[in-house]
Amino acid sequence: MINVAWLVPLLPFIAFAINGLFGRAYLKKTTGLVANAGVLGALVVTVLLFLAQGGHPEPETVTLWTWAASGDLTVNLDLRVDALTLVMLLVVTSVSFMVHVYSIGYMAHDPGFWRFFTYLPLFVFAMIMLVMANNLLVLFVFWEAVGLCSYLLIGFWFERRSASAAAVKAFLTNRIGDVGFLIGLILVWHVFGTLDYDEIFAQAPAVASAMPGMLTIICLTLFVGAMGKSAQFPLHVWLPDAMEGPTPVSALIHAATMVTAGVYMVARFNPLYVFSADAMIVVALVGAFTALFAATIGLAQNDIKRVLAYSTVSQLGLMFMALGVGAFTAAIFHLATHAFFKGLLFLGSGSVIHGTDEEQDMQRMGGLFGKMRVTGTTYIIGGLALSGIIPLAGFWSKDELLGATLLAGGAGYLLFAMGALASLLTAVYTFRMIFLTFFGSTRMEADRFSHVHESPAVMTIPLLILAVGALFAGFVGVPPEHGLIHDYLHDTFLAAEAAGLMHAPSTAFVVTLMAISTVIAVFGILIAFSIYLRKRPAPETIGGAAPFIHALLVNKYYLDDLYDLVVAGGTRSIGWLLAWFDLNVVDGLVNLVGVVVSLAGNGLRRFQTGRLENYAFSVALGTALVLAFYIFMVR
Amino acid sequence: MIIPALEYYLLLGAALFVIGLLGVLVRRNLLIVFMSIELILLGANVTFVGFAVALNNMLGQAFVIFSLTVAAAEAAVGLAIIVALARHRETLNVDEIDTLRG
Repeated sequence: MINVAWLVPLLPFIAFAINGLFGRAYLKKTTGLVANAGVLGALVVTVLLFLAQGGHPEPETVTLWTWAASGDLTVNLDLRVDALTLVMLLVVTSVSFMVHVYSIGYMAHDPGFWRFFTYLPLFVFAMIMLVMANNLLVLFVFWEAVGLCSYLLIGFWFERRSASAAAVKAFLTNRIGDVGFLIGLILVWHVFGTLDYDEIFAQAPAVASAMPGMLTIICLTLFVGAMGKSAQFPLHVWLPDAMEGPTPVSALIHAATMVTAGVYMVARFNPLYVFSADAMIVVALVGAFTALFAATIGLAQNDIKRVLAYSTVSQLGLMFMALGVGAFTAAIFHLATHAFFKGLLFLGSGSVIHGTDEEQDMQRMGGLFGKMRVTGTTYIIGGLALSGIIPLAGFWSKDELLGATLLAGGAGYLLFAMGALASLLTAVYTFRMIFLTFFGSTRMEADRFSHVHESPAVMTIPLLILAVGALFAGFVGVPPEHGLIHDYLHDTFLAAEAAGLMHAPSTAFVVTLMAISTVIAVFGILIAFSIYLRKRPAPETIGGAAPFIHALLVNKYYLDDLYDLVVAGGTRSIGWLLAWFDLNVVDGLVNLVGVVVSLAGNGLRRFQTGRLENYAFSVALGTALVLAFYIFMVR
Repeated sequence: MIIPALEYYLLLGAALFVIGLLGVLVRRNLLIVFMSIELILLGANVTFVGFAVALNNMLGQAFVIFSLTVAAAEAAVGLAIIVALARHRETLNVDEIDTLRG
């Protein structure tokens, strides 16, 4: 079965190639079916592969061909199949397929239909190759490839100025992270002399004892790459803007799959990270801070997709927090459940936007539940899962990673406090969003409200399937620490166990924690219920009570403005300076050459009179001078 | 036969040359200019003859015959050009013929 692993990336690639070559002129609407077939094929092969590899898959690799060989460096294009890859593949292909089906309905009236269904399978191909890579360089190539697809799809409606600006912003912000990643890659090559996963991991303990500082630097530079891709503070600014892309793109790339690549990468390199306590604590603190930071911004946003975007940033922060305390399984578990419920929420928000004729401002919604029952119900399921209500998917994974911070001790207590507060805020902003959108009396104009309609079946069926995922996906991690997923991923994270980062919690601890988590989530929902449904206190008065904080949150802590001033403004100032230098100094020199030649020409043209006698005189004078020279000077 | 001294040949040749040169430089009529060129050639010829006699070398006189032949051919071509120019421009004033193109 491992021999057909290459089909998983190939099928979406074929769909991409067919749609890219023939979509515009011949296939048109058929491109949707081609893309769906390609991604469905990848899903089927993945499931078969998953079943064939059994309950404890040994890491296996298939070498497709040698990509590059130069001196000591040999880069093979290998496909790696192990437990972590299979988990990621299942998540990626299943969510991708749901999003592809949904997109047929969502994009039905878009003139760029064929283009959309060319980019989307290309993304799926690149993402699959990213998780199947067995070499740091191959990982980096597809790391960039998913970034490219992200850029193309954020800027899908490029006629809109804001969309193309958001695409460029995402691309440039990711470049900053990628510089870190590239430095890490070069250092790995320098220190380990190889880029293949298994060879790196085999040498990790020796390197860790020989040069621990270097290992920490490698881990941190690689983590900078992860911060860019997974939108961690302070490189998170691109993700909320990425919501300019079509909503299925937000669901697939900017919630479920691509943004989790950073989490995947750190988990994949766990045999390195476990040897660097300093790098781990940085990962954990950045994650926890981002989780809390983004959750507070999410409280004050009015664009339904932006709330979800900040929520994604926040949840990714929680995953990094778990990675940082060595709870790799919990992070991957949360990654998987998050892919389902956040994908569901995004697709649900797309359904709302579709049904309300492109309304995204929650302050101008309300009371939609009666008009959109399927969307509303699945949205609430997704919201409950995100808030962490037992027994939905998000509860189990979030509970576990919060528990892991407590078990880690030391700085873990601080992390737990930040994570728990972020969870509380998560419940508040999630249900603020749900109450503002679906409940209360509507704030839409009457004639627009009357046109609100439920989305077609091609969109609601993926919502229902993902809702099932959001309801039950968590059970792969039950009972906590001993669920299916823990057993499945056990061998992948052996290094963490060897480093003593795994803790076996007592039953009492687990139950207490579950109770605390549930209380936190319910309390958050009650706060939202009180403010946004019962209006006690009225939402308007809260902002008035602390205008400074309110302004801070609405303006996203002014970080965008700061970056605009310092980074964009600084770059622009340098640009102006260089433009002045170019226009005046460089062009001045060039023009000076021209002026000198021109002046010389003006002077010399006086000799070209066209008059015969002048020429004759010159000849005569010249002859006379030459003669005089010979007669008087040469003896 | 009295053979004049070399100096007289050279003086005569130089005088003819300078008259011709001045004619080329100061006269405005193309025909006169052309005639002046012939004078320059004659000046050179006289110098040739003078040296041929003084050095008793016939090569100088042979050169004169040669140069006269060339001068005749040049006169034919030059006059043809001047006639064509006179018909084309209706003037032979060299001050007006200064465009260096048709």
